[in-house]
Amino acid sequence: MLRGVLGKTFRLVGYTIQYGCIAHCAFEYVGGVVMCSGPSMEPTIQNSDVVFAENLSRHFYGIQRGDIVIAKSPSDPKSNICKRVIGLEGDKILTNSPSDFFKSHSYVPTGHVWLEGDNLQNSTDSRYYGPIPYGLIRGRIFFKILKRFSKVLIWLSEA
Amino acid sequence: MAQSKGWVRRYFKAFCKGFFVAVPVAVTFLDRVACVARVEGASMQPSLNPGGSQSSDVVLLNHWKVRNFEVQRGDIVSLVSPKNPEQKIIKRVIALEGDIVKTMGHKNRYVKVPRGHIWVEGDHHGHSFDSNSFGPQKETTTIVYFHALCCHILQFSLPQPGWNSQVFN
Repeated sequence: MLRGVLGKTFRLVGYTIQYGCIAHCAFEYVGGVVMCSGPSMEPTIQNSDVVFAENLSRHFYGIQRGDIVIAKSPSDPKSNICKRVIGLEGDKILTNSPSDFFKSHSYVPTGHVWLEGDNLQNSTDSRYYGPIPYGLIRGRIFFKILKRFSKVLIWLSEA
Repeated sequence: MAQSKGWVRRYFKAFCKGFFVAVPVAVTFLDRVACVARVEGASMQPSLNPGGSQSSDVVLLNHWKVRNFEVQRGDIVSLVSPKNPEQKIIKRVIALEGDIVKTMGHKNRYVKVPRGHIWVEGDHHGHSFDSNSFGPQKETTTIVYFHALCCHILQFSLPQPGWNSQVFN
């Protein structure tokens, strides 16, 4: 009796570890589903939109200008940010607002990228904390689930 | 004939089963728990690689210890280089966020380490590409491949005063 229960428990633990490891490998090396919150990427990505992110471009260094990426926040390592890549290393970036008279610019250093949100009035991005190292990028967003389907997904996940 | 076919099928099934168990578990272990690496370069002498190019130290990288991004001053860590994302560098943590560092060789004499960042230096001052060259290292970059080293016990030592920049906290 006890042997049967013990055997079942071990099998369950084994399966949990196995599927947990497969999930880790999938999220780390292939991609996954992410929910974005915040207004800094409107109108492209609204608050609480569900998107698909893939990690292959990051590992093969294929991130390009104009990609929307997910990166680790430079001021808090435990949270992620979702912005668009405006400049790669060596690019010249205009850093002033349209109301400034003098145009100021800076160059993106090697190994760094310049991120900006699409909603420029309401976004803390590289204009605030400077270019971020390429190593902080986690993945690239390539697909957005339509609003009506994402409502269903959110409802399912909360149920 | 039917018997040999059955044998091949069973073998194939067993192989797939083993493959899909062993590879993810091994990869997850190496990513999340610990892995082994070889140290190259002279920027951490005499703590690591005291023999120069004759012998490279082999170290154990402990990922589990930094899963919550907690490091102490004096830890030796491995991080992704901010200049070249394909390269990893090994340095010692000198100061954490909020500390003020009196630098050696940096353009500002005193630097306050911003939130989410740490200051790293190599033990071999002058031969080291570290925070004195590129400023406070974003803690989050270090965390991407952040490993706290449990290193080669014989060589492990605390930093001597005067080797590195001073910290005020």
